[in-house]
Amino acid sequence: MDLQTVTYMFVGATFALYIGIAFWARASTTGEFYVAGKGIHPVANGMATAADWMSAASFISMAGLIAFNGYGASVFLMGWTGGYVLLALLLAPYLRKFGKFTVPEFIGERYYSRTARVVAVICLILASITYVIGQMKGIGVAFSRFLETDYDTGLYIGMGIVFIYSVMGGMKGITYTQIAQYCVLIFAYTVPAVFISLNITGNPVPQLGILSTMADGSTYMMDKLNLVVSELGFNEYTTQVMGSKLNMFAYTLTLMIGTAGLPHVIIRFFTVPKVKDARATAGWALVFIAILYTTAPAVGSMARLNLMNTIQTGPVGEVTANLEYDKRPQWFKNWESTGLLKFEDKNGDGRIQYYNDKNMDFAEKADSYGWKGNEMVKVDRDIMVLANPEIANLPNWVIALVVAGGLAAALSTAAGLLLAIASSISHDLLKGIFKPNISERDELMAGRIAMAGAIALAGYFGLHPPDFAAGTVAIAFGLAASSIFPALMMGIFNKKVNRTGAVAGMITGISITMLYVFQHKGIMFIPGTSFLGGMSPNWFFGISPNAFGCIGALANFAVAIGVSKVTAPPPEHIQHLVEDIRIPAGAKTAAEH
Amino acid sequence: MNNNSGYWKENLRLVSILLAIWFTVSFLFGIILVEPLNTIRIGGVGLGFWFAQQGSIYTFLVLIFVYTKKMNTLDRKYNVHED
Repeated sequence: MDLQTVTYMFVGATFALYIGIAFWARASTTGEFYVAGKGIHPVANGMATAADWMSAASFISMAGLIAFNGYGASVFLMGWTGGYVLLALLLAPYLRKFGKFTVPEFIGERYYSRTARVVAVICLILASITYVIGQMKGIGVAFSRFLETDYDTGLYIGMGIVFIYSVMGGMKGITYTQIAQYCVLIFAYTVPAVFISLNITGNPVPQLGILSTMADGSTYMMDKLNLVVSELGFNEYTTQVMGSKLNMFAYTLTLMIGTAGLPHVIIRFFTVPKVKDARATAGWALVFIAILYTTAPAVGSMARLNLMNTIQTGPVGEVTANLEYDKRPQWFKNWESTGLLKFEDKNGDGRIQYYNDKNMDFAEKADSYGWKGNEMVKVDRDIMVLANPEIANLPNWVIALVVAGGLAAALSTAAGLLLAIASSISHDLLKGIFKPNISERDELMAGRIAMAGAIALAGYFGLHPPDFAAGTVAIAFGLAASSIFPALMMGIFNKKVNRTGAVAGMITGISITMLYVFQHKGIMFIPGTSFLGGMSPNWFFGISPNAFGCIGALANFAVAIGVSKVTAPPPEHIQHLVEDIRIPAGAKTAAEH
Repeated sequence: MNNNSGYWKENLRLVSILLAIWFTVSFLFGIILVEPLNTIRIGGVGLGFWFAQQGSIYTFLVLIFVYTKKMNTLDRKYNVHED
C-alpha cells in the first residue's frame, strides 16, 4: 500500500474514534460541560491533561528545536515540565478545594472584586487566543498536507472537526477524547524513536540511547554528533547555548510559570473528585508528559545525526564525500516539494555541501575545498519529527502513525483552550457579571456559541496569519506567566494582598510583557531570527522577548504586595476564606456548587 | 485554629524544601553549574547536560509524588483530610 492510502486510513480511523467518543460522552449540564462532572480518576485525568498540554509545538516543533539548538533547547524541556511542580505544590490542591469552575471566578471571589474578575477574563482570553491561533495554523498545515488540499481547505476541515467534538462534548467529551488522543500521540512519538535508537546505538530505549555508544561500539553517540557538526563549522551540540545563560534562565522560568498559569491546564484540576486527587493528577500528568519529553532529546539528536550523515557521507573535504544531488533520497524530494527544504548548487559541482558558512574560522577551510557557501539554503526545523521516520527508512505505517499523532496533539490542545475561552465568556462574563439569573440551559448555549465564535476567530487568524508564527506561543506563555500565575499564588499564600493590589499587579505584569514583546516585534515576527540574536544588543540584559514573561511576573508580585501594604487590608471574611482554602477538609464535589 | 496553622507551617516547610530541590536540579545543575558538572560524564554525555535534558524531569516527577504522599500523611496527622 502506498503512503498516502496508509495515512488516510490512520487519520480516518483515529478521527472516527474521537468523534465517536465525543458523541457518546456529550454533556447535558453546565457542570459536565465545564468540568466533566465528578469521578474522573487521577490517572485518566492526568492522561487527558497531558494530551491537553502537549500541542503541535511539543509534538512537531520541539524535537526540531532540540536538533538544531542542542543544549540550548533544554529551556523547553525543563520549562514545560518544571511548571507542573509549581502547579502541584502551589496551586492545584487549593483551587480544587475552592471548588469553582473557572480561574477568573477564583480571582473575582478571592479579591472580592468584579473588576479583578474582568481583568482576569481579559488576561485569560488574550493568552488562550494567542495560543489557539498557533494551533489552528498547525491544524491547517497538517490537514492540507495530508489530504493534499490547499491550506485554506485544510483549515476549514480542521475547524469543522474541532467544532464537532468540543462544542458537542464539552469537558466530559473532551476529557475522554483526549485520553484517546494521548494514546495515539505517545505511540506515534515513541515508536519511531525506538526504531531509530535501535538503528543508531543498538539500544531500544531512546533515553538510554543518547548515553550509549554507536551501534558499532566505536565512540559515544553524542561525541560522534559533536564531532560531525563541529567538523562542518556548526556549534558543538552539547554545549551551544541559546542567547546567554541569563537568557536561558529567564526563558526556563517564564515557561515554567506560564505552564502553571495557563487556564486550560489549571481548569483540569477543578475536574477531580478530591483535593487529594488534585495533587496526584499533577503527578500523573507529568508522568505522561515526561514519556514524550525525555524521548525528545533522543529524537532531536538522532535526527540531526541522520540528517548530517545523509548529506556528508564521508570525511569533510573529500570531493566524493558529499552526496550527489541526483542521488538524493526520496524523503529529500518529498520535502523539497513543500518548500520547507531547499537546495541551491552554489559551486555548481552537483553535490550538496551543508555547513555553517557564518562561521569565519571555518570559511578558509571551506574555501580550500572549493565550497561557495552553504547549499542547504533552507532546512525548516519543524519538519524534523515528520521527516524523521523517512530519513531513517522506517516502514510507511510508522510515517502514517506520526501524521495521526501530530494531528491528535494539535486538536486536543485546541479543544482544551477553546473550552477555557468559552467558560470564561459564558460563566464569568455572562452569568457572573451581566446576567446573573441566566438559566443553566441558556448558559450552556452561550458557552457553545462562545466556543463557535472563538473557533471562527482563531480560524480567521489562521487564514490571515498576522505574521505571528514563532511569536504566538511564546507570547501566550509570557502573558499567562505575568498575569494569572502571580494573582493565583498570592491569593493562596498571602492573606494580605487586597483587590487594589491584585488588579494593579495583573495590569502591570501583562502590560510590561506585552510592551516588551511589541517593542521587539520587528525581530519577533521574522521567523528564525529571534534565536540568532540579531537585535540582542537592544534586549534588556540580553533577555529575548520570548523569555520576558518572568520579569512581568516579578513586577506583578512587587506591585501587588506594595499596593496592598498602603491600602486597606482584605475584609475579615476573605481572610477566613483563604484559611479555609488551605485545608482539604470540607471540600465539596466538583459538580455540586 | 492552632491546629490549622500548625498544618500550614508544616506544609510551607515541605513546599520550601521541595522547591529548593526543584531549583537546584534545573536552574543550578542544568544552567548555572552546567560547565563544571559536564566534566563528570555519565555514559556519553556530561552530567550538566544530562540534568538539563533528562535528570531534571525525572526529579520533578519524584518531587510531585513525594509531595502527594507527605501531604496525605500530614492531612491525617492534623485531621484535616476529606471524608
